[in-house]
Amino acid sequence: MADQKVISRQTGVEDTQYKWGFEFDIESDVAPKGLNEDIVRFISAKKKEPDWLLEWRLRAFAHWVNQGDDASPKWAKVHFEDIDFQDIIYYAAPKSSDDAPKSLDEVDPEILEAFDKLGIPLHEQEKLSGIAIDAVLDSVSVATTYQDTLKEAGVIFCPISEAVQKYPDLVQKYLGSVVPYSDNFYATLNSAVFSDGSFCYVPPGVRCPIELMTYFRINEADTGQFERTLIIADEGSYVSYLEGCTAPMRKSHQLHAAVVELIALKDAEIKYSTLQNWYPGDKNGEGGVYNFVTKRGAARGENSKISWTQVETGSAITWKYPSVILQGDNSVGEFYSVALVNNYQQADTGTKMIHIGKNTKSTIIAKGISAGKAENTYRGQVSILASADNARNFTQCDSLLIGDECGAHTVPYIEVRNPTAKMGHEATTSKVNDDQLFYLQQRGIDLEEANYMIINGFCRGIFKELPFEFAMEASQLLRVSLEGAVG
Amino acid sequence: MSNSKKLIEIKDLHVSVAETEILKGINLSIGLGEVHAIMGPNGSGKSTLANVIAGRPGYSVISGDIVYKGSSILEVAPEIRARAGIFLAFQYPVELPGVRTWQFLKAAIDAIRKGNGQEELKIRDFDKFLEEKRQLMEMDPDLVRRSVNEGFSGGEKKRNEILQLALLDPSLALLDETDSGLDIDALRIVSHGVNIFKSPEKAILIVTHYQRILDYITPDYVHVLVDGKIVRSGDSSLAMELEEKGYDWVKDTADKEVTP
Repeated sequence: MADQKVISRQTGVEDTQYKWGFEFDIESDVAPKGLNEDIVRFISAKKKEPDWLLEWRLRAFAHWVNQGDDASPKWAKVHFEDIDFQDIIYYAAPKSSDDAPKSLDEVDPEILEAFDKLGIPLHEQEKLSGIAIDAVLDSVSVATTYQDTLKEAGVIFCPISEAVQKYPDLVQKYLGSVVPYSDNFYATLNSAVFSDGSFCYVPPGVRCPIELMTYFRINEADTGQFERTLIIADEGSYVSYLEGCTAPMRKSHQLHAAVVELIALKDAEIKYSTLQNWYPGDKNGEGGVYNFVTKRGAARGENSKISWTQVETGSAITWKYPSVILQGDNSVGEFYSVALVNNYQQADTGTKMIHIGKNTKSTIIAKGISAGKAENTYRGQVSILASADNARNFTQCDSLLIGDECGAHTVPYIEVRNPTAKMGHEATTSKVNDDQLFYLQQRGIDLEEANYMIINGFCRGIFKELPFEFAMEASQLLRVSLEGAVG
Repeated sequence: MSNSKKLIEIKDLHVSVAETEILKGINLSIGLGEVHAIMGPNGSGKSTLANVIAGRPGYSVISGDIVYKGSSILEVAPEIRARAGIFLAFQYPVELPGVRTWQFLKAAIDAIRKGNGQEELKIRDFDKFLEEKRQLMEMDPDLVRRSVNEGFSGGEKKRNEILQLALLDPSLALLDETDSGLDIDALRIVSHGVNIFKSPEKAILIVTHYQRILDYITPDYVHVLVDGKIVRSGDSSLAMELEEKGYDWVKDTADKEVTP
């Protein structure tokens, strides 16, 4: 514990609320703006991909073109101007990655330093103890730590572009098996142009000895980030995976359309935690990341378990519904979420739990915090299919309002086709209570701190699902994100 | 009233809540080392007085002044009053879901220490200190791991208030109906905690409807508050008399005697 670094340590950037808002100065290898078949081929060629993957990308691209821009989802309670998909750069890689670094020694020192500034040290001697990190800058994975420890355990954790080369059978077998390329507008776009992301395979019976983490960073201006993550937990295995994200401050919006697929086979468990802190835009709602992400897990085997925990504080707009398909009998799906919006941020987030197997069980606990003029929507679907005897779901949605110009909305969809299902749903909306504030103040605690304590308390049930260091980071993120909204 | 050094002086204090005048000219002076009891029927303004001293929002001071340690505190924020040594034991202690009692107590003690130019307590020192006071209040060790006051019984909540009194060690303790809802054992424990706190450098103001807590904590002065005014003051025998004759007796004789 003593020499363990806290990933939230000061980044050395001052004079701004968004502490992660500086830009790296690294020459990048950038594709021309816009999207057409040539760009898809360019990305695939850059990655030296096999034909099957290029074809898959092209099928996705054709599907995306055929359905037209109108196919983008309109049902979410978020408002933004139409995105000009021809005004985005679909590939930006730091120059040095042309011949990808084989070890940390080969990583551009400037990149190492840049990540260091973010509080994500990649150097061998300083790396976070107990966490293997895959650092993704713009579209390309730049470094993965703890390779030796992982190799010893037989765990594969590498950039997905590397996995395509080294483990093509695994990638081909599982890629698109949970989120097919035709799934939704943004997932289709991602399938056509995804650049990198993380790949993880945990072999049968292996309990991954350390936490795995991917740290995403958008750097290049006008760049979209389209990463693809694929995690497979083979029979009887366990893995805990963390994901963190930041972006520099920019006046224009940046699109982030990622896809994450999880597969848990028999008796396997995947725990997936996210701290999403993309640039949220400024106080007047200018700039910020559009975070349109598709995340889904298949609890495919008997007794398998997939657990999503997310703390969403960033992005101008968040549109994501980490879901679980409970296929295996006795499989378990969990979704724990804190979504905080301030100023002009908008979040429409929640989950889908699709019960197929017998005795499947899902738990949804979603906490929404709204401040400023922001809008926060929980949207969740629980489906109990006819085959799912004795399925159980418990859903709890709590909203906390700060000030009187923000909004909180809860939109649950429940669909039950099996009479043996047991469903529970609870929802509350509250404001930080004056009596609570006065109680804390009477004990010497100032108003701002009193607010944080109450808001932190509201989120405690979710934070305790996070690995220790992440929980501390999450708590600090809340504080930074709420600056000026309370007290 | 007494020769001891004044800790707090309330001067012709008029207070309204939602435009209804509750306190109608209170004069009260409390010296170091003294224990005062404010008694009175429901709705007489006893709790208002305690809350106004602590700075609770929602009360408007129409006129008069509260002078604490030599300066007016009417414009002082509640947390600053707390750091200056004013402590209110709440009539209805508030539940803070998800905020662990341990964390709350540590935050409070550190806020007050920092306000007084001291460093935060080291965790080890705090734990030792907390354990000592917890035993004093005979509180279940499990309670400090739970959310503040959540699922606490009425007696546990009140004991938790006095635990905070013992930890924060203020100059002025305002006990707002701390005895209400307590069984005899809890009353004994709570009173013991208050008596240990009592010292020549401190002062205590007990707000109560009933005389029984005064069997355990002997007041130097008893004041009877009726309809926003102190109608009678005396020594501890006044409390006995009240218990015997009821509040109607002071109401009837209110105009015959004038309090200083």
